[in-house]
Amino acid sequence: MSISSESAKAYWAENLRIIMTYLAIWFVVSYGAGLLFVDQLDQINFFGFPLGFWFGQQGSIFVFVILIWAYVASMNKLDEKYDVQE
Amino acid sequence: MLSYLFIGGSFLLYIGIAVWARAGSTKEFYVAGGGVHPIANGMATAADWMSAASFISLAGLISFVGRDGSAYLMGWTGGYVLLAMLLAPYLRKFGKFTVPDFVGDRYESSTARIIGVVCTIVISFTYVAGQMRGVGIVFSRYLHVDINTGVILGMAIVFFYAVLGGMKGITYTQVAQYCVLILAFTVPAFFLSAQVTGHILPQIGLGSTLETGQSVLATLDQLSLDLGFAQYTAGKKSTFDIFCLTVALMCGTAGLPHVIVRFFTVPRVKDARTSAGYALIFIALLYTAIPGVAGFGRVNLIQTLNGPENTGTEYAAIPSWFKNWENAGLLGWNDRNGDGKIQYAAGAAFDGKKGKPSYDEGDARGEFGQRLATNAKTDTNFDAAKQPFANEVYVDRDIMVLANPEIAQLPAWVIALVAAGAVAAALSTAAGLLLVISTAIAHDLMKKTINPNINDKQELMYARLAAVVAICIAGYFGINPPGFVAQVVALAFGIASASVFPTLMLGIFYKRMNTQGAIAGMLVGLISTVGYMWYFVFGGGSSADYFMGVSPGGFGAIGMVLHFIVAIVVASMTPPPSEEMQRIVEDLRIPRGAGEAHAH
Repeated sequence: MSISSESAKAYWAENLRIIMTYLAIWFVVSYGAGLLFVDQLDQINFFGFPLGFWFGQQGSIFVFVILIWAYVASMNKLDEKYDVQE
Repeated sequence: MLSYLFIGGSFLLYIGIAVWARAGSTKEFYVAGGGVHPIANGMATAADWMSAASFISLAGLISFVGRDGSAYLMGWTGGYVLLAMLLAPYLRKFGKFTVPDFVGDRYESSTARIIGVVCTIVISFTYVAGQMRGVGIVFSRYLHVDINTGVILGMAIVFFYAVLGGMKGITYTQVAQYCVLILAFTVPAFFLSAQVTGHILPQIGLGSTLETGQSVLATLDQLSLDLGFAQYTAGKKSTFDIFCLTVALMCGTAGLPHVIVRFFTVPRVKDARTSAGYALIFIALLYTAIPGVAGFGRVNLIQTLNGPENTGTEYAAIPSWFKNWENAGLLGWNDRNGDGKIQYAAGAAFDGKKGKPSYDEGDARGEFGQRLATNAKTDTNFDAAKQPFANEVYVDRDIMVLANPEIAQLPAWVIALVAAGAVAAALSTAAGLLLVISTAIAHDLMKKTINPNINDKQELMYARLAAVVAICIAGYFGINPPGFVAQVVALAFGIASASVFPTLMLGIFYKRMNTQGAIAGMLVGLISTVGYMWYFVFGGGSSADYFMGVSPGGFGAIGMVLHFIVAIVVASMTPPPSEEMQRIVEDLRIPRGAGEAHAH
């Protein structure tokens, strides 16, 4: 490998931080909004849907798609920064 | 008949692709040569993943349970986020053909590899039985052939392209199958949404208002309450149980061997990430339409069965779809109050499990021409404070998606399209599963464990042989379905979440994880989850004894936690993995130098 072990460590640490950030959002929209706080959010009307119900059945899926593409973009940038892209 | 034309035409297409994409080497057979474009792989993954359960069952389930169905919608899509961030890129970098391959090499142990093979086979077989059954239902209803003939026909098609083409054939047929199934699901969804709400997109339609001025969801709540059902937008199960179910479905999705192998087919690590992104877009096209289809279907069903006055509909006046499904045994009417009208409300009309009617061999008919079940309830009791009449109808949840276009009186070609889509969904998943089973046997068991000296040609022959045997076993399950297929499919996720997912994650994220820890973890996860499910699903355990109120479907989440704890504790008490292996783990975290999937 052309990459030094120190920069490999730094690359991995940044990757983990990115994953943690996105998984925090992943947790909040699905388990948070769609499940744990669904009854509170259902008091709010969102384009004809109770908000918690919407997150559980539609919103979380949209956010999941965005999250994966955000991760793809972040990682492409990170790969370039550490020069580990293929 | 349009159905014959659509299904026959789609079969010809699949066979044509199979002939064009024959596999010549093990590498083509296992990972399609490793050069699949991420968009094509995304479509193939979506078709591989969306089975009869997604296409046929999920909208029906949500239609009947309402908000609690969110667990399935979130669980079966959220797993892709885990896959994209935690597994797919690193597994691709590691560059193997199969899941047991990774487990065996990473943990430097053939015992671990064999446990991986067992997990793969258990998960895939439980899953495949449900697919064959789905094919059978569609055939018997639309092509008016016997269910068994339908299953055998389906087996023959899968045999043709899976055995000939391996992963290469499967990949390109799955791309075609994705196109068929997404059209087949969304076209009727657009029609339904436009018809019920005036908005063509079901995602928006479900939030809009009806001609009555009431919103769709409020109407659903109202109708449900009026008939004694629970409110549609309210939860019924305990939050903790739903939480565990969602975790098990998400982690199970990320740990399904037939989905993971799809990421071995792309050229670069980067492509593994983008493939997951494309796959989820393609899946979301269908999944975000499901709640609309479920909601509109429910409104249409209730209004058709109970009539505009909400007093019931004369059996003589009911549309033909009702009688067709009644003949297929998935719908039943028991005229409890003897007024000749069909009335639908809460409660069971028959004494079978989940209120299901059972019909005997002879075609016994009642006074109005309805099928007579052997277990019809004879009393007319109902809670008059909650509902206007006793329930007289059994509707199998699985018919909702298939019957929806007929209930809504959509054109005949839409109905034929739905039938072709359901078959595509079932066959694409069945083929992916069969391939995983055959690879696990030929590559991990024969080549890597029993006889490492066999050459590429012999290995390929074993793979094809294993695929043939697997197809026959799957066909047997399709013809003699264990009465519990639907539950079993959900259980496959729990097993994947408790066995495969944690061991892969630890292998990547925890360098210190060693042979002993991995073996102990997998065994604890697998045995605790299978044991719990066995006891409560088949062993007659009562739901009062559930561990912390967790139903068998959600126990995979608990099994996963046990797996993590046991694996980490055991690993910390035993020697660390070799220097060489620790270096390999560091290497798999860096994208550069992935090359192609290789055997050694």
